[in-house]
Amino acid sequence: MSILLSVSISKRFWRVWQRNFTVYQKIWKISFIPPLFEPLFYLLAFGIGLGALVGKISYHGAPVSYIAFLAPALIAVNIMNNAFFENTYASFVRMYHQKTFDAMLATPLSIDEIITGEIIWGATKSVIATAIMLTVISLFGLIHYPSGLLILPLAFLGGIAFGAIGMYFTGITPTIDMFNLPIFLFVTPMFLFSGTFFPAENLPAWAQAMALIFPLTHLVTLVRALSLGSITAHLLWSVMYLVIFCLVFFPIALIKMRRRLIK
Amino acid sequence: MILIFINPRILLSDYYQDTDIYCRMKKKFGDLAAVDGINFHVNAGECFGILGPNGAGKTTTVRMVYGFSPKTAGTLKVFGLDIEKDWRSIKSRIGVCQQENSLDPDLSVEQNLLVFARYFNIPPGRAREKAQQLLQFISLDNRRGAKVTALSGGMTRRMILARPLINDPELLILDEPTTGLDPQARHQLWQRLEELKTGGLTVLLTTHYMDEASRLCDRLVIMHQGKILVEGKPADLIREHVGHNVIEVDDPAENLRAFVNSQNLECEDLGHRLIIYGQGRDDLFHEIGDRFCTGGCILRMATLEDVFLKLTGRELKE
Ligand SMILES: Nc1ncnc2c1ncn2[C@@H]1O[C@H](COP(=O)(O)OP(=O)(O)OP(=O)(O)O)[C@@H](O)[C@H]1O
Ligand SMILES: [Mg+2]
Repeated sequence: MSILLSVSISKRFWRVWQRNFTVYQKIWKISFIPPLFEPLFYLLAFGIGLGALVGKISYHGAPVSYIAFLAPALIAVNIMNNAFFENTYASFVRMYHQKTFDAMLATPLSIDEIITGEIIWGATKSVIATAIMLTVISLFGLIHYPSGLLILPLAFLGGIAFGAIGMYFTGITPTIDMFNLPIFLFVTPMFLFSGTFFPAENLPAWAQAMALIFPLTHLVTLVRALSLGSITAHLLWSVMYLVIFCLVFFPIALIKMRRRLIK
Repeated sequence: MILIFINPRILLSDYYQDTDIYCRMKKKFGDLAAVDGINFHVNAGECFGILGPNGAGKTTTVRMVYGFSPKTAGTLKVFGLDIEKDWRSIKSRIGVCQQENSLDPDLSVEQNLLVFARYFNIPPGRAREKAQQLLQFISLDNRRGAKVTALSGGMTRRMILARPLINDPELLILDEPTTGLDPQARHQLWQRLEELKTGGLTVLLTTHYMDEASRLCDRLVIMHQGKILVEGKPADLIREHVGHNVIEVDDPAENLRAFVNSQNLECEDLGHRLIIYGQGRDDLFHEIGDRFCTGGCILRMATLEDVFLKLTGRELKE
């Protein structure tokens, strides 16, 4: 019982992070491709194709081009996807199919350290992808500096938030196919309605209120503000929301994974 | 009424002072008692076997010993320490081969050892040295860069044996280390294990291969349905439970059955085959052979397998 109740996290969780990083180093060339090309595809299709139709969008009263409006949202979506998919599909494969966690549990690593290492790794992947995307998008002159640099630590925070909730789903999902459900019910609506492709203010009032529950809405708000260099005190609410989201889902993910792994 | 209080902790601690494992425990999964009150100890430097048919509770037992599963009740000491409190220091002193292959398929042969060494906080230089030694030990140093998924079954098993040695453990726990191997690969693995034993390593081994247990184990228990049936040295168990020799008769005649009954011989009747435990009577084989046998009738040495089948029954257990 004492194993169940007390949290045991030492800095050994880095060993788990390092394991994933070692694997990443073998495949980094392939891992670099999506964040490099995805923004290009999106900017081409939506920014230039759709942007011609949309024209300018009003952002805090000032007009901005559709492509400048869209680019930060693409970064935010990528932060979400990298951490969420790492801590769902990839973590599930390691846990269930590869028995990687079982092997770790025969060494001086605790379950809490394994899960923490996995979530921090997911967040790290978000940061890496963000750095690449940021570079590409900056070439189009769409990122305001120096405020744009703050997007990197923000990617880490967002990565932990989405990694933690992803790990929570890993803790409760019976089979890997069942991840379709949280993706359909959670990730897809967020992708569409978090102020990503159009301002959330265009939604009816009730839907706007709903969108405020989505962590992605807050992440998009923050990345957009940093990209466009319009920083206001109001943004602190969004930061706080993400921090609280982490503080809630991180322990829940630990509890669910302990339940799942302790036999 | 007079009550005498003796602190059981003091007695216990005397007992497990120089044992590597002392255990007296239970494990339930819901209503199922997978380990139903077992009691054994393993001395330092000895190879201790847990034998049992499928589902006997072997894996459940060793998982509790290495702190993977919490026990439901009882006492469990490893190196005299409590697994619930001192799990980290215990785990850093043991090596575990799990029943299922848990080698890391994302990593190469050598990386599997190096990454595992990091989990034990072994410095990189020392880890590389040790990995090199181990790869030589299991004759895989020419495959260091191979993916572990590209190894044959025997090579994989050797890797599974090598990986938990990376931290120079004092106690090695092996859960069915040779299941699914061909005879050559098994003998190779046994040889490695014997070398390790000679080096003073304590070994806790589960198996359902009797020849493996006879060859490797100094002492063993036979488990069945979560309980320990017998404990002892392999040779002693054979002597006690079946004697020196076993007579097997194919298609036994009725008058042989009558003879066996009249002589009060211990036997097992499988219908088309009768197994008679000699219990030290050397003349018995000739008597039976001359008087009752027309077809196949053989005399052979009793083995641990006879003990095992006698105690756990011959029908399929699960
Ligand atoms: N996680 C679990 N949840 C529920 N029941 C379990 C669990 N693990 C094992 N059991 C049950 O406990 C019993 C003992 O299983 P265990 O795996 O210890 O057997 P074993 O002796 O190792 O068998 P084998 O030789 O097949 O490996 C079995 O009836 C099994 O179904
Ligand atoms: Mg087993």
